[in-house]
Amino acid sequence: MPPAEIIDRIFTFEGTGELLGYGFVQSSLLAGALLALVAGALGPLVVARRVSFAVHGTSELTFTGAAAALLVSASWVSAGALIGAVTAALVFGLLGLRERERDSVIGVVLSFGLGLGGLFLWLYPGRSSNQLSLLFGQIVAIGRDDVWLLASAVLAVLVALALVWRPLLFASMDPEVALARGVPVRALSVVFACLVGVATGLAVPTVGALLVLALLITPAAAAAQLTANPVTAMLLATVFAEVAVIGGIILSLAPGAPISAYVTAIIFVIYLGSRWIGAVRHRSGARAASR
Amino acid sequence: MAPAGVTAGAAPVRARAPAVRLRAAGLCYGTRTLWDGLDLAVAPGEFLAVLGPNGSGKTSLLRVLLGLQPLTHGTVELAGRPARRGSRTVGYIPQQRALDPTVPLRGRDLVGFGLDGHRWGVGRASRRRRARVLEALEEVGATDYADAPVGRLSGGEQQRLRVAQALVGDPGVLLCDEPLLSLDLGHQRVVSELIDARRRAADTAVLFVTHEINPVLPMVDRVLYLVDGRHRIGAPDEVLTSAVLSELYGTEVDVLRVRDRLLVVGADEAAPAHCWGQA
Repeated sequence: MPPAEIIDRIFTFEGTGELLGYGFVQSSLLAGALLALVAGALGPLVVARRVSFAVHGTSELTFTGAAAALLVSASWVSAGALIGAVTAALVFGLLGLRERERDSVIGVVLSFGLGLGGLFLWLYPGRSSNQLSLLFGQIVAIGRDDVWLLASAVLAVLVALALVWRPLLFASMDPEVALARGVPVRALSVVFACLVGVATGLAVPTVGALLVLALLITPAAAAAQLTANPVTAMLLATVFAEVAVIGGIILSLAPGAPISAYVTAIIFVIYLGSRWIGAVRHRSGARAASR
Repeated sequence: MAPAGVTAGAAPVRARAPAVRLRAAGLCYGTRTLWDGLDLAVAPGEFLAVLGPNGSGKTSLLRVLLGLQPLTHGTVELAGRPARRGSRTVGYIPQQRALDPTVPLRGRDLVGFGLDGHRWGVGRASRRRRARVLEALEEVGATDYADAPVGRLSGGEQQRLRVAQALVGDPGVLLCDEPLLSLDLGHQRVVSELIDARRRAADTAVLFVTHEINPVLPMVDRVLYLVDGRHRIGAPDEVLTSAVLSELYGTEVDVLRVRDRLLVVGADEAAPAHCWGQA
C-alpha cells in the first residue's frame, strides 16, 4: 500500500459526525472520559512511588481474574476482572514493600498468574476469544448502565483518594520522614494498591491493558516535565489523559481502527512535547542561575 | 482561633520537664544487646551528640524516641509523656539522600509536609498555612529555591529545606540522623549553625546522631557515646579522651586534638565500619 493511501486510511473523518450521534459512541466517550479522570488523578502517585511495573502486572493479571470468572459464567467477567486486579494490586503492594525486592516479586507473581489465566481459558468450553479481548478492550460494547456503574466506581476512588490525599502524598514522595512523623506508610501503600486495583480492574475490560498503562503513566510522566507543583501535575496529567482518550476515540471512529493506536500515539506526542519544553526550560533556568 | 505565635501554648510545660528522659532503658534484638541501663535526661535547649560505630544503636535510639521501636527495658518520655508514634513534639531531620529529579515536588511542598502532611483529607490552602511555610523557608534562607523541584537542588539546599521541614511544626525536640553526611564543609557549617541557632532561640533540645563530631563540636553540650552495648555520657572533654574511649572500645584508642579538631585513632581497627574524625 502506498504511504499516501495508508495516511488516508488512518486519518479519515468521513462519517465521524454521524457516528458521534450514536448512543454507543457517546457511551464509550463518557466511559473513556471517566477512566482518564481517575488515571490522571492516580498517575502522578504511581510515578512518584515507582510502581509502574506493578501497575503493568496488575493490568495483565486482570485477565486471570476475568478468565477464572468466565468458567463460572460469562456475566461474571467484569466482576472477575475487578477481583483479579484488586488481588494482584494487594499482592504487589504487600509483598513488594521493600523496593529492592519489588521487581522480582512482581515478575514471579505475574508469570504465575498469566499461566493460570491460560489454564482457565483452556478449561473454558465455549469460544473465549470474544469475551476476552481484554488486552485491547471493548470500549464500543459499553452500554448506558455500564457507564453509570463506572461513574460511581470512579467517584468512589476519587473520594477515597481525597480522604487520604495529604498523608498519601507525603508517604509517596518523602517516605522516610513520613514514617518518622507517624504517617501509616505501610497501611497507605495497601490503600493505594486498592485504589490502583479498582481503577485498573474497571479500565482493563473497557480500554484494555495496553491503554491502562498509557493512561496511568505517560500523562503523569509528561506533567512532571512541566511542573514541580504536585497538584498542578495531577491536574495536567488529567487534562493530558482526557485529550488522549477523547481525541483517540474520535479519530478512530471513521477509520474503524483500534482505539489504542490513536490514544497511545496522542499521549506519546504529548510526552515528547513536554520533555522538549522541560529540557528547554531546565537549560534556560540553569543559565539564569549561573549568571 | 489560635494566636499566630503557636509556640506560646506548649513552651512553659517544656521548660520544666526534660525534653527527653530515658530511665534504665535497654534495647535488644534477640540475644544481642544494643545498649542497656541507659539513664539520660536531655534538657530543653541542650545539644546532645550521639556517637558510636555503625551498628551501635544510634539510629535505633532515634527510632525509640520516634515511637517506632519499643524499648526492651525501661521507659522513654518526651516532654513528660511516653514516646509515641507521630508525636508533634518531635522534629526529624534525615541524612541527605538523592531525591528523584522527575518527581513533582517543590521545596515549599516538602516543608508543608512537616506542617500538616500527617493530617487526613486534602487540606485548605489557607493564607496562614502559606505564611508559616514561608516563615520556615525564610528562617533557613531557602526562599530563593522554594518553587524549584527538590530533586534538582544541591545536597546543601535540600538539607536546609529539611531543617525547615523539621522546624515548621515547632517541635520541642529535634532528632537529627546524620544530617551533615555527604555535605561539603561549607554546607555542614550552615546546616549545623541553623540547628544551633534554633535551639538557642526556641529552647529546642537537639539529639544529633553523627559519625563526625568536628563540625558540631563547638555546639555540643554533652556526648552520648555508644559502643557494643556499653555507653558513656558527659561533656565532650570528659568522654572524648584516650582513656574513656580505650575503655569503651576495649582496645587502645588515642584521641588527638589538632587545632580545634579531634582525631580518634585506633577506633577504626576495633570496629572496621567506624570512620569518624578523619575528614
